[in-house]
Amino acid sequence: MSMILGVPVAVLSGQLLIGIINGAFYALLSLGLAVIFGLLKIINFAHGAMYMLGAMATVIMFDMLGLNYWVALFVAPVLVGVFGMLIEYFLLRRISGQDHIYSLLLTFGAALMIQGVLTNIYGVSGLRYAMPDAFKGGMNLGFMFLPYYRAWVIAIALVVCFGTWFMIEKTKLGAYLRAGTEDAQLMQGFGINVPLLVSLTYGFGVMLAAFAGVLAAPIYSVTPVMGSHILIVVFAVVVIGGMGSIAGAIVTGILMGIIEGLTKTFYPPASSAVIFLVMVVVLMFRPTGLFGKEA
Amino acid sequence: MNQPVNQTEIKRAILEQQTADARKKMILNGVLLAILLVAPFVMYPVFLMKILCFALFAVAFNLLFGFTGLLSFGHAAFLAAGGYTTGYLLSNFPGLTTEMGIVAGTLVATLLGLAFAVLSIRRQGIYFAMVTLALSQLVFFFFVQSEFTGGEDGMHGIPRGQLFGVVNLESNLNMYYFVLAVFIACYILVQRIVSSPYGQVLRSIKQNEARAVSLGYNVNRYKMLAFVISAALAGLAGSMKSVVFQLASLNDAHWHMSGEVILMTLVGGMGTLLGPVVGATFVVNIEYQLSQGPLRDWVDFILGGIFILTVLAFRSGIVGEIQKFMKKNLG
Repeated sequence: MSMILGVPVAVLSGQLLIGIINGAFYALLSLGLAVIFGLLKIINFAHGAMYMLGAMATVIMFDMLGLNYWVALFVAPVLVGVFGMLIEYFLLRRISGQDHIYSLLLTFGAALMIQGVLTNIYGVSGLRYAMPDAFKGGMNLGFMFLPYYRAWVIAIALVVCFGTWFMIEKTKLGAYLRAGTEDAQLMQGFGINVPLLVSLTYGFGVMLAAFAGVLAAPIYSVTPVMGSHILIVVFAVVVIGGMGSIAGAIVTGILMGIIEGLTKTFYPPASSAVIFLVMVVVLMFRPTGLFGKEA
Repeated sequence: MNQPVNQTEIKRAILEQQTADARKKMILNGVLLAILLVAPFVMYPVFLMKILCFALFAVAFNLLFGFTGLLSFGHAAFLAAGGYTTGYLLSNFPGLTTEMGIVAGTLVATLLGLAFAVLSIRRQGIYFAMVTLALSQLVFFFFVQSEFTGGEDGMHGIPRGQLFGVVNLESNLNMYYFVLAVFIACYILVQRIVSSPYGQVLRSIKQNEARAVSLGYNVNRYKMLAFVISAALAGLAGSMKSVVFQLASLNDAHWHMSGEVILMTLVGGMGTLLGPVVGATFVVNIEYQLSQGPLRDWVDFILGGIFILTVLAFRSGIVGEIQKFMKKNLG
């Protein structure tokens, strides 16, 4: 069998694939964070909880209502998105215009509450979610085996990421959004309903997290604490990419997944810390992140 | 020529007011001290020491958050660094006396704080919070992987040993008075820092950083020193905690601990001296009371609720609200 740096190619490409999958999740999650931060200047500490809610909703809807994966893929993000908009309307709106730190503290409290409720109902051990039939099996690429579901996750994550980037940077709606954050009063004067726009943006960012949650349900263990583990990593990804940079979040997310996968192959003990190490190095040389503008 | 007379009279009135205020404060502090001295005869000393350690942690955090306006989301790293260092030294080098272990733990936390500060101090607001959070997570993974920490199991059976090689700290009462003395010393230190010219600059940075810069202050150096002092005191709190409980665990390094110290400071009243102490007492008590009752599974939920309530409605915290009330109603 062929080797690269003393590691069999099959092992290396397997880890690389896992890295890209994780990277797809990082990209989706950090994209949502970047949208919410970049446009609303809210640090959404509840993002991990929303991701978890997406996954939990998928499992619960299947167990109680028999709704399948495809339905969940649309319904769960919408439900969570509406929930997020309620949080925005009843809580975050009250502190808009104040120091951004309060949004961080508020969403942190909200995350604790959401996680607390679900932990009480479902415990911290994982729920099981069966792989949808359409994705059973995989294909042999010659040098490695690619399960269909993993290929699907990568593909759909890329599509959603690109779509979001396109919408915000290239369409009229995106232009309204960016203008609304630049000068809310002026936009209001032009007859644009800025508070609604803010609610929708928060809801959309949260939907992205829930969407990632649905994608995660068949392959990761679904628990009420799954979000708090990944949240900090995603924060680091956003810092590396440059806070508020949409494209930066996507590219950095996938890149960090790959780096993590490679580290797992060559030096496993460092794999959970490597992203934070990268962050330290990036901050030393580029304090605004790889794609960030001067803040 | 009435004016000079008037001015001296005004000055005298101000002076009298100040001495009256100072007297009130002294009486308040005296009463608190008396309570703290008698407390271990009424309550379980280990529980009191827990409160004191967390109070010191919160006081350290408040120096940075409340007085300088920097929200660090990584202070758990210093608490844990102090705790693990002290625990490791006291467990493995029986020749060391307790205070040497504690000093070493504090030093390690100080150096770690310096490293954090170098990497993060140029960032502002939430950027600063995220960077410190990520750095503390790096420290967390280091502690998880390192063998000397005992990983997930934590470090157990840390000997309390002899203070200065003379005082036996196995006795809870001796331990309590030692922790109390350290706490009071640190509290006075922070009080002096805050009311010194240096503290005034810190406050001005919090209120209007751009103006402080334009007045010629090297803001980053002031902030950095505040960060390092805060990290050192947080490390000291961690060191003492590991000696008190004879235990150092990953809980102290987890980012939830960083969140908890924010909650303590916020609930008690950030930017006030007594606030973090009150907040720590409040949170530690609530956690203890809840864990004893039927709501024991709802601790996180309730803490989250307190967080939201504080941010929305009582942003100046318990002490801050009382101060406001006194000012309004008692002149």
